[in-house]
Amino acid sequence: MIELEGLSIDLPGFSLESLTLSVEEGEFFMVVGPSGAGKTLLLEAIAGLRPIAAGRIRIRGTDVTTLLPEKRKVALVYQDYALFPHMTVEENIRWGLHFSSDRDTRHVEGLVRLLKLESLLGRSPTTLSGGEQQRVALARALAVKPSLLLLDEPLSALDPRFREELQDYLGLINREGMTIVMVTHDFGEVLSLGHRVAVLHGGTLQQVGDVREVFREPVNRQVAEFVGMKNIFPATVKGGRALLEGGVSLVLEDCGEECRGFIGIRPEDVILDSSLPDGFANTFSGRVASIVPRGMAFEVVLQADGFQLTGRTLSSTILSRNIRIGQPCRACFSPEVIHVFEKSAIQNLTEVLQP
Amino acid sequence: MTKSFREQWFMLLIGSFLVLYIIWPLAGMFLRADWRIVAASSVEKDVLGALWRSIWTAAAATGIIALFGTPLAYFLARRSFRGKAFLEAVIDVPIMVPHTVAGIAVLMAFSPKAPAGAFLVNLGLSPVNSHLGIILACLFVSIPFYVDAARDAFYGVSPRLENVSRTLGASFLEVFFRISLPLAKKGLLSGLIMSWARAVSEFGAIVIIAYHPMVAPTLIYDRFATFGLKYSTPVAVQLILVCLGMFVLLRLLAAGKRKEEQVP
Repeated sequence: MIELEGLSIDLPGFSLESLTLSVEEGEFFMVVGPSGAGKTLLLEAIAGLRPIAAGRIRIRGTDVTTLLPEKRKVALVYQDYALFPHMTVEENIRWGLHFSSDRDTRHVEGLVRLLKLESLLGRSPTTLSGGEQQRVALARALAVKPSLLLLDEPLSALDPRFREELQDYLGLINREGMTIVMVTHDFGEVLSLGHRVAVLHGGTLQQVGDVREVFREPVNRQVAEFVGMKNIFPATVKGGRALLEGGVSLVLEDCGEECRGFIGIRPEDVILDSSLPDGFANTFSGRVASIVPRGMAFEVVLQADGFQLTGRTLSSTILSRNIRIGQPCRACFSPEVIHVFEKSAIQNLTEVLQP
Repeated sequence: MTKSFREQWFMLLIGSFLVLYIIWPLAGMFLRADWRIVAASSVEKDVLGALWRSIWTAAAATGIIALFGTPLAYFLARRSFRGKAFLEAVIDVPIMVPHTVAGIAVLMAFSPKAPAGAFLVNLGLSPVNSHLGIILACLFVSIPFYVDAARDAFYGVSPRLENVSRTLGASFLEVFFRISLPLAKKGLLSGLIMSWARAVSEFGAIVIIAYHPMVAPTLIYDRFATFGLKYSTPVAVQLILVCLGMFVLLRLLAAGKRKEEQVP
C-alpha cells in the first residue's frame, strides 16, 4: 500500500533520516514516539506537504514522491481538528467534494449518520465540543474517499468518554477496509487499535513490527522506555544468567550467546508481596521507597540490595499484601519476562567481569 | 470595587493622557474653526478637488499595495529563510525615513533623467507634478502599514487548515482564495484602512514630487503659508471630517462582517 524508501527530510534543527518502511493494504499502522520524534513530519511527508531531501514514497505501487498533495488521494486529520471556522459543519464535510469528480452524496450522508453528525450540520465548528469537532474532521476526510487516512494524534485532546467512542469509530472504519496510519504518543492506543507499529525517536526509525512484538521485545532503550519498560539495567549475559552492576545476578531464559547489553523487565511483570516465600527465581528483598499512583494502578519502587526495582500493582494488592512506604517488602519475576536488548559481543574476559 | 478592578482603572487613568493628547488639539481645532468659512470653502472648487484627489490617489496607492503586498505578506508569514529579518526591515524603512527624504528618493528614482522615470515619460506618463507622482509618493510611505498588518493576519491562519485543504483536493490557489484569504480578511481590511489613512494624510513626500496638482494636505499647507491659520483651518477640518467619515465607515463595515461570521 505505502512504501517509504530511504525517506529523508531536512528542516532547520531537525531531520528525519533515511526512513524505510511499508504499510499493507487495510492495515491499521501506528507511528509512535516521544514529542519531537518527527511523527507529524512523517505524516505530512506522506501527504506531500513537506519537501523531501531524499528517498521515495510509493502509494499502491505508484511513485508519488513529486506528486502534489491534492493529487495523492491521502486525507489527513490533525490533533487540533483544523476545521474551517468560516464554514458550517456541513460545508466543512462537503469541502473536498468541490474538487472531486466523484460527488457521491449518499456516501457523505452515510458518514454523517455513522458519525452521528445529523444534528450538527448547520452549526459553526467553533461551537462544537472536542469530540464533535474530531468526528466532523473525520467525516470531512472520509468524504473524499481517500485511499489512505493519516491521523495525527486524533485522540489525545479528547476526554476519556469521547476517546473510547472515537476509537470504536476508527476501528470500524478500518474494518471496512480503510488503510490508516495513525500517530500517537500513547502506547495504550497502539495496543487497542494497531496491527503494526513503528517507533520513531529523534528523527530515526528505532523499530517496526507487530504491536505485541514491539511491546514485549523492544530493540533498544528508547523503545523499551517508550513501551513502558521501567527496569532497564546494563548487564552481561552469560550461561543463562544476567550479571548486573553491583554484583546482582538474575536468572533468565538462556539466550544462547554471551553478550553485553541491557535487560528490561516490565513493571507489571514484577510480583510484589511482603510475605513472598523463598524458592522462586529472581526474588529480592528490600524496602518500599515510594508508591506513586499511575491511573488505575500504583507504581511501587523497591530499594533492594544493589538495585532498584519498579513494580506496578492494583490498590487492592497494596492493601492485601501490606505494602507500605519504608516497610520491608519482597519482589520476584520469572526468568521469561526478562528481555535482553542492544546486545553486543563480548570482546574480552575483562568485560565479563566488569559489566 | 475589587482591588484588581481598581488597579485596571489606575492603568487607564495613566494611559488616558495619550488619548487626551490626541483629542485635545483636534477638538480645539473644531471648536475654534470659523464655521462660516468652513461652509464657504466646502463648495470651493479647489478644496473639493484637493479632497477628492487625496481620496482617490490614496485609494489607488492602496490598491497597488494590496495587489503586490498580499502575496509578499503571505510569503513572509509562511516561510522562514535566511535574510527574512532583513527583508522585513526593508519593508519597514518607509516608516523610519523622514517623509521629505522619501519624497526626494522617489523623485530621484522617477525623475525623467532616471531610467524608470524616462520609461514612464516615454509611455506618456509624467511622474513629476502629476497624479502619478502623488500615487508613487503615497505608495512608498504606505507599504509597511499594509504588508505588516497582512503578514500578521496570515500568521493568524493556521497552516494546518491549508494543509488539510490541499489533501482534500484543493490546489494552492484554491486554498489561498477560499481558506487563507477569507480567514485573514479582518486583518487585511485593517491593513488596507491603515495604509489608505497613511496615504491620504501624506504631505512630506508628495510635496517634493508633486506640489501640483494639490492634494488636501498640500492645499492646507499652501493656504497656511499664503493666508495664515484662519484660512488653512477650514480645509483641515474638512479633511479630518472626510478621513474620519471614511475611517468609521470602513471600520463599521469590518465590524459588520465580523458579527455576521460569529452568528452560529
